[in-house]
Amino acid sequence: MTQDYIRQREKRTGWMLVIPAVLLLLLVYAFPILRAFWLGFFTENLSTNLQPEFSGLENYGRMVQDGRFWQSIGNTAIFTVFSLLFELILGLIIALALDQAFRGRGLVRTIAILPWALPTALIALAWRWIFNAEYGVWNDILVRLQIIGDPVNWLGDPNWAMVSVIAADVWKTTSFVAILLLAGLQSISQDLYEAHSIDGATPWQSFRQITLPLIAPQIVIAMLFRFAQAFGIFDLIQVMTGGGPGGATEMVSIYIYATVMRYLDFGYGAALVAVTFLILILVVALAGLGLKRLQANAE
Amino acid sequence: MAKLELQNLTKAYSQKIVPVKDLSLSVEDGEFLTLVGPSGCGKSTILRMIAGLDQPTEGRVLIGGKDVNPLAPGDRNIAMVFQSYALYPHMSVQQNIASGLKLRNLATGDIQKRVQDASRVLGLDPLLDRRPAKLSGGQRQRVALARALVRNPDVFLLDEPLSNLDALLREQVRADLKQIFEDQQSPVVYVTHDQTEAMTLSSKVAVLSDGYLQQLGSPNEIYKTPANRFVASFIGSPQMNIIPLERVNNAVLLGDSKVDLPTNLPAKSSVIMGIRPEHLRLPREGDHQIVQGNVFLVENLGMSDLISLRVHGDDNLTLRALLPSDATWSRENLKLALPPESIHWFDTETEARLN
Ligand SMILES: Nc1ncnc2c1ncn2[C@@H]1O[C@H](COP(=O)(O)OP(=O)(O)O)[C@@H](O)[C@H]1O
Ligand SMILES: [Mg+2]
Repeated sequence: MTQDYIRQREKRTGWMLVIPAVLLLLLVYAFPILRAFWLGFFTENLSTNLQPEFSGLENYGRMVQDGRFWQSIGNTAIFTVFSLLFELILGLIIALALDQAFRGRGLVRTIAILPWALPTALIALAWRWIFNAEYGVWNDILVRLQIIGDPVNWLGDPNWAMVSVIAADVWKTTSFVAILLLAGLQSISQDLYEAHSIDGATPWQSFRQITLPLIAPQIVIAMLFRFAQAFGIFDLIQVMTGGGPGGATEMVSIYIYATVMRYLDFGYGAALVAVTFLILILVVALAGLGLKRLQANAE
Repeated sequence: MAKLELQNLTKAYSQKIVPVKDLSLSVEDGEFLTLVGPSGCGKSTILRMIAGLDQPTEGRVLIGGKDVNPLAPGDRNIAMVFQSYALYPHMSVQQNIASGLKLRNLATGDIQKRVQDASRVLGLDPLLDRRPAKLSGGQRQRVALARALVRNPDVFLLDEPLSNLDALLREQVRADLKQIFEDQQSPVVYVTHDQTEAMTLSSKVAVLSDGYLQQLGSPNEIYKTPANRFVASFIGSPQMNIIPLERVNNAVLLGDSKVDLPTNLPAKSSVIMGIRPEHLRLPREGDHQIVQGNVFLVENLGMSDLISLRVHGDDNLTLRALLPSDATWSRENLKLALPPESIHWFDTETEARLN
């Protein structure tokens, strides 16, 4: 049939158009990842004079026993869960506020994205100074307001260090979440809220029954992006705490970096990368599946 | 069941934008009031004030004698059908229809029964599990209607509910609407810019222009005795012939022909004459007011022909007349009778009706 003919031709043209991009992606993404998987089956460190020696699943066995690895996974999980939680709540509040009509809304919206647009390393540096035990402005404020008596060593205490890096991350990326959610909010027609209020709904009921279900896809997308970023967080931590104190804020990426760059344990580092990658892919795939179901629901 | 009253309702968005000006009217139980007027004349604003979505700048809305100005939309027991239908996209048809009842905490059995009744009346039974996105325009429209009907409200409000349907469907749904609301006891306020809907559906029509109420009356009154030039030209299709004329004694000159004025008109030097195309006819025995001219356009409307005539004696003067398509006539020197009882007279300055 002619129609199939045309479709075939379009398909062929389509493939020809995307093949260069696909090749490039394979080269840039797939190759290093596959290579990491491959390298994970070798021991290549100072004890082998940096020569690769095939060692099967030895690296993975070592990982199971590696307390520092599990701690870094735990740290990453805590960091990710709390960052995302606060970013979602605050982002939603900011998005709801920005969705209201008020004077200077455009300006506020632009200012709101600024933290996200600035380089993370710079922001991390700024926060390191803010939380500085002796000169930090945060201590100064709290002491002046008499909320605390003596200055706290925010980045020097294991628990407060985690809280501090989470706070910095939330400060930096909440606006990203807010802007994504705002796009979702703005796609909801005002008519729906009016019809719902005539139906007898309170604003809180409208929020639960109209707003939340209709921006669920945007929430999932925002959380997906944020999960991928938070799980691989490196620069913020490296600059603020370097993973310390005593490994209290050491994330997986920091640990991998140390393994490879400081201990020159390339084989084990590669195995760590492979496992981290699999965890990431698994969560992203699950979320993607959920998103698909949400979108099917909305149709 | 409750009478709806609007008292001196005014809405000003700013000093310049005042879409509703001092509107007073009432709608009794079982009455079907249509607000009709051109786009932007404030119809939706009036509905929104009745619904409580907008607060009036001045004046009051009363339902069943009770001032509802301080009440939130949900506490007024009204139901509204939006032009966009405003169906909840993430809910099934069933959930959409039931939403207002659920929010009011009705018993599940009661909700089910009411939803069933409404869905049967509107033929929605096979669609109850679908989402709005999977419905046609006409089906969505019926879901929106069902959502209003199940509520059993004190007042129904409908904002141009047919304007998103194609012409054929619109006519059909219009007939359905008429039947459905004939059985309802509550007042209905229906907004449209389409005068055919206004004429066919309503027991009472309010013609609006510029934020002012131009005329309030039965469709028949509005058609037969339009209160002013605006109503005359807005209501009726094809549009009424409206001709400003100079006065000569107790008559006006329509090209070469003389048309007598009624005796009780005020003595002014000019006057506006109006006559509907369907009231111009081929002369019969006894007709004495006759106009003559050449036909320059014939539009076949099926049942009748709409002809445009250039009047002898004044090349700028054209008249449109609706003649039965089986009538025989010639394009040259066609004579048409102007029955005196079908002529409307309006004041040149105030544009108000004179006869
Ligand atoms: N929220 C608003 N702010 C300012 N002007 C408005 C607002 N809503 C409506 N208007 C103006 O009021 C006038 C009447 O609007 P509307 O009632 O929607 O007209 P209609 O429904 O008869 O077409 C329009 O000129 C419109 O621009
Ligand atoms: Mg409108």
